[in-house]
Amino acid sequence: MSNKNGRFGIHGGQYIPETLMNAVIELEKEYNKYKNDAGFNEELSRLFNEYAGRPSRLYFAEKMTNDLGGAKIYLKREDLNHTGSHKINNVLGQALLAKKMGKTRLIAETGAGQHGVATATAAALLNMECVVFMGEEDTKRQALNVYRMRLLGATVIPVKSGTGTLKDAVSEAMREWTSRIDDTHYCLGSVMGPHPFPQIVRDFQAVISKEIKSQIKEKEGRLPDAVIACVGGGSNAIGSFYHFIDDTSVRLIGCEAAGRGIDTKDTAATIATGKLGIFHGMKSYFCQDEYGQIAPVYSISAGLDYPGIGPEHANLHDLGRAEYVPITDEEAVNAFEYLSKIEGIIPAIESAHAVAYAMKLAPTMAKDKIIVITVSGRGDKDCAAIARYRGENIYE
Amino acid sequence: MSNISKAFENGKAFIAFITCGDPDLKTTQETVKAAVQAGADLIELGIPFSDPTAEGPVIQAANVRALSGGATTDKIFAMVEELRKDVKIPMVFMTYANVVFSYGAERFAEECSKVGIDGIILPDLPFEEREEFLPACRNAGIDLISLIAPTSENRIATIAKHAEGFLYIVSSLGVTGMRSQINTDISSIVKVVRANTNLPCAIGFGISTPEQAKTMSTYADGVIVGSAIVRLIEKYGKQAPKYVKEYVRSMKDAII
Repeated sequence: MSNKNGRFGIHGGQYIPETLMNAVIELEKEYNKYKNDAGFNEELSRLFNEYAGRPSRLYFAEKMTNDLGGAKIYLKREDLNHTGSHKINNVLGQALLAKKMGKTRLIAETGAGQHGVATATAAALLNMECVVFMGEEDTKRQALNVYRMRLLGATVIPVKSGTGTLKDAVSEAMREWTSRIDDTHYCLGSVMGPHPFPQIVRDFQAVISKEIKSQIKEKEGRLPDAVIACVGGGSNAIGSFYHFIDDTSVRLIGCEAAGRGIDTKDTAATIATGKLGIFHGMKSYFCQDEYGQIAPVYSISAGLDYPGIGPEHANLHDLGRAEYVPITDEEAVNAFEYLSKIEGIIPAIESAHAVAYAMKLAPTMAKDKIIVITVSGRGDKDCAAIARYRGENIYE
Repeated sequence: MSNISKAFENGKAFIAFITCGDPDLKTTQETVKAAVQAGADLIELGIPFSDPTAEGPVIQAANVRALSGGATTDKIFAMVEELRKDVKIPMVFMTYANVVFSYGAERFAEECSKVGIDGIILPDLPFEEREEFLPACRNAGIDLISLIAPTSENRIATIAKHAEGFLYIVSSLGVTGMRSQINTDISSIVKVVRANTNLPCAIGFGISTPEQAKTMSTYADGVIVGSAIVRLIEKYGKQAPKYVKEYVRSMKDAII
């Protein structure tokens, strides 16, 4: 999908310090070598299946379907993966690649902590050192995940600069990588950053749509009418969309975090409120002011609290192939509670953004239509924050 | 011939970096003039960016102070225009790709040319992405300055061949900031640069003491100092110009 220098249409590229150029060039070379290597793929498949618990289930949400009274709803259960989210797909791939490249140390950024936990897990499994950068604000919102990372043997560094959230964690991880490249791989957690990261992360996450396609064909004998996923950087969304991009009958819908609303400053909805820019190694859409200063974005969801979107999504938006819709905190929290009560599934607050849009869309569609929602992660980590949102204080 | 070459006509060049608007634009003007009086040969003016990924803590903090003080790209252009009445040595901007991109590359480069900026340094714009801004810079007659890093290796020759203004040689891995030691084999890098271009090279990142400046200047045509100057501005605020003047003089004396 990407052309030279990792462009998706006009988006993507490699806008990074010269210090990192040979590192990303080497990464691309090694990735191209291993991605078609039978041994590598066999090892990765074994990790996916035996360790991470793939394939993840495609579950028919019958009660939700009946309650909403429209399209049939299926849930792609990435929340059932080991470590509790889709992040493990990308991390196992990158960690294995890094190991083959002779790297002994993984660094990562994390927002909600899911990518950090997944990276710490892979590092433990593959005997690698692990350092995770996490916005100070997020270490407070997601204290449980901080503890999990430490338990897994990783060092968690709270990032105080900027807004103390995901974008600052990415900046700090990039700074760390420029200071230590030889033994260190930057295990980027989303389909963003400089080429080849958007491509590598997408390829490892594409397993989601590959499985959805064969599972839905088995259950329904046809393709779904819509695939819905939440979008921050956009890794679970691109993973859910990828094998459907050429199937134009399938609507691809990404749900952005609108925070307190796209008409307020407290939002992280990039497609709805951002404009074209260059940041964190890529050309894409970013929330920014008239002078190109990156906006201090906000969402209740630490994992979607990012001012940009991956370049392939930006291109799918330009092409009109995917739709991007904003979902507010309030809508996401309602969906979080709704899915818990109706299906007994507590989704991550990130994934709840996708559930929220499906709740609006399903009733408008005929009963013979099919929607697939990717539940990218489980919501245990969010319980304390959602309780707080509802005015209740509980211990984590 | 680029105006920037004049900076290297007076012995080894001392290049001073100052973040515009830290703590305010008036102080920046006074600090630049003080540095020029003390013998600086080229001024590198930082346009603050919200997320300066190539900077260490000292310059990151300067960016925060400048932005909270209300510095904007337009106000900085206006400041440079006024500064140009007094300052004759070459001046370049150091900022991030998005600052230029959001302003519009053509408009930014034309404005640079109008107010008397001679070049632009963008640490997040590697050789492969130069086309993003190169045509606009060419049209406006300003130099797009390239950086070479300790990890550049096989890339040095290509970067040097296509370079403009001067070569910015990054002394160490990592971000900007003062370092007690610089271990990179700079003379080998400079050798490759020299074999591929006649442009001057200056070394930056980590240089803060006159001793370091003296050692580094033996390898190249100039030294670039940022964090040590910014530290003085952080410490002395509006009173910084006289301290910067004293400091720049000690550094220039060390390398001459």
